[in-house]
Amino acid sequence: MPANDPPTHKHDPGSELSEMQLRVKALETILTEKGYVDPAALDQIIENVETRIGPHIGARVVARAWVDPEFKRRLLADATEAVNSLAGFNPVGAHLIAVENTPQTHNVVVCTLCSCYPWDVLGLPPVWYKSAPYRSRTVIDPKGVLADFGIALPPGTDIRIWDSTAETRFLVIPMQPAGTEGWSEEQLASLVTRDSMVGIGLPKSPNENKAEAAR
Amino acid sequence: MTNSIHDMGGMHGFGPVVPEPNEPVFHEDWEKRVYALQRAMGTPGLWTIDGGRASLENLLPLAYLASSYYKRWFLGLERRVVAHGLVGDDEISASRSLRPGIRLNRKMTLGDAMKRPLRGNFERPAPGPARFKAGDQVRTRNIHPPTHTRLPRYARGKLGTVEAVRGCHVFPDSAALGSGDNPQWLYTVLFAGRELWGEEADPSIKVSIEAFEPYLSRA
Repeated sequence: MPANDPPTHKHDPGSELSEMQLRVKALETILTEKGYVDPAALDQIIENVETRIGPHIGARVVARAWVDPEFKRRLLADATEAVNSLAGFNPVGAHLIAVENTPQTHNVVVCTLCSCYPWDVLGLPPVWYKSAPYRSRTVIDPKGVLADFGIALPPGTDIRIWDSTAETRFLVIPMQPAGTEGWSEEQLASLVTRDSMVGIGLPKSPNENKAEAAR
Repeated sequence: MTNSIHDMGGMHGFGPVVPEPNEPVFHEDWEKRVYALQRAMGTPGLWTIDGGRASLENLLPLAYLASSYYKRWFLGLERRVVAHGLVGDDEISASRSLRPGIRLNRKMTLGDAMKRPLRGNFERPAPGPARFKAGDQVRTRNIHPPTHTRLPRYARGKLGTVEAVRGCHVFPDSAALGSGDNPQWLYTVLFAGRELWGEEADPSIKVSIEAFEPYLSRA
């Protein structure tokens, strides 16, 4: 599907979908027959990204930073080291950089040249992150992009865009929502959305969380 | 290529960003297979991550724009396995293997795949001291190499400030050509929105790029 089509766009039977199914199947068959890939390893690679990595990892990191100022200090100094020091935590690759939202500055992450994304803490990127509209507009019109997500920052907030043009990766630490003082790390992690860690959303408020749980 | 369609920062006309509530990890089964094939075929080390990116950037602009993310990955992978002599054009046309494969140094086994995927480390020992430090004023070079680069067009020839030194890393412009790591110092360089987008731009916006030392000159 074209990168700028709405993601819900469905293909006519017999168009790109079936063509791609056939072409991918053919290439996988060739690579398997020639002994280059093991289909069982391919299945496992898919299972990893569908079940083992995802934004729950980043949410735990953010929640820990909210409750533990010393951890937050280390996270901002060297995110790779700090994340890998979390007990019981799977390692992340180098070179992760954590950036903190404050009342003065809101951080947004983009990759204008391809789709670089901190997938070892957030999982694979959503379609919108990889889309031409996001990649083109975020560096020139971040307020417009935030508005596409229904986000309006308080007047006077500076916006800082991080274009991921190298192998460094960025994780936004959003501000802790008001009214969550004294919450446990687990409770706090449930408020931390994927989009808030890209800087294109805000964490859920306690009320939003309650309303979702009731549904 | 450098000035190709992939370098999208600042372009107009692509319309709004459309978020998808409760988006699945993959939308089609073939996307999963492309993702897995891409990872598995990266294991033998025949091409670098930058060589992979360059193969996508070399797609014709119309093909690039008309293809979804995973279709681009597929088209790039198909090109690369042929370009590296792993698969023949005749085999792609026949949709099956016509001769035995060549020997690979490494192959992703099920055991490798069981391990949690980890991003590679692109930091390398520094061949010399860093030329810039945090706080230095720099101007990005106005370069237009016909080959792969990670200096976006919107940030060329612009005045910025070094905000942080990020260590010494594989230089994509060299690695994409198969010319080795050629490690270079990497900096976060911060630009005022008005430096990039002109006097009319929103003064509350700042943009940083991750810039390799060869992209920078002292201002």
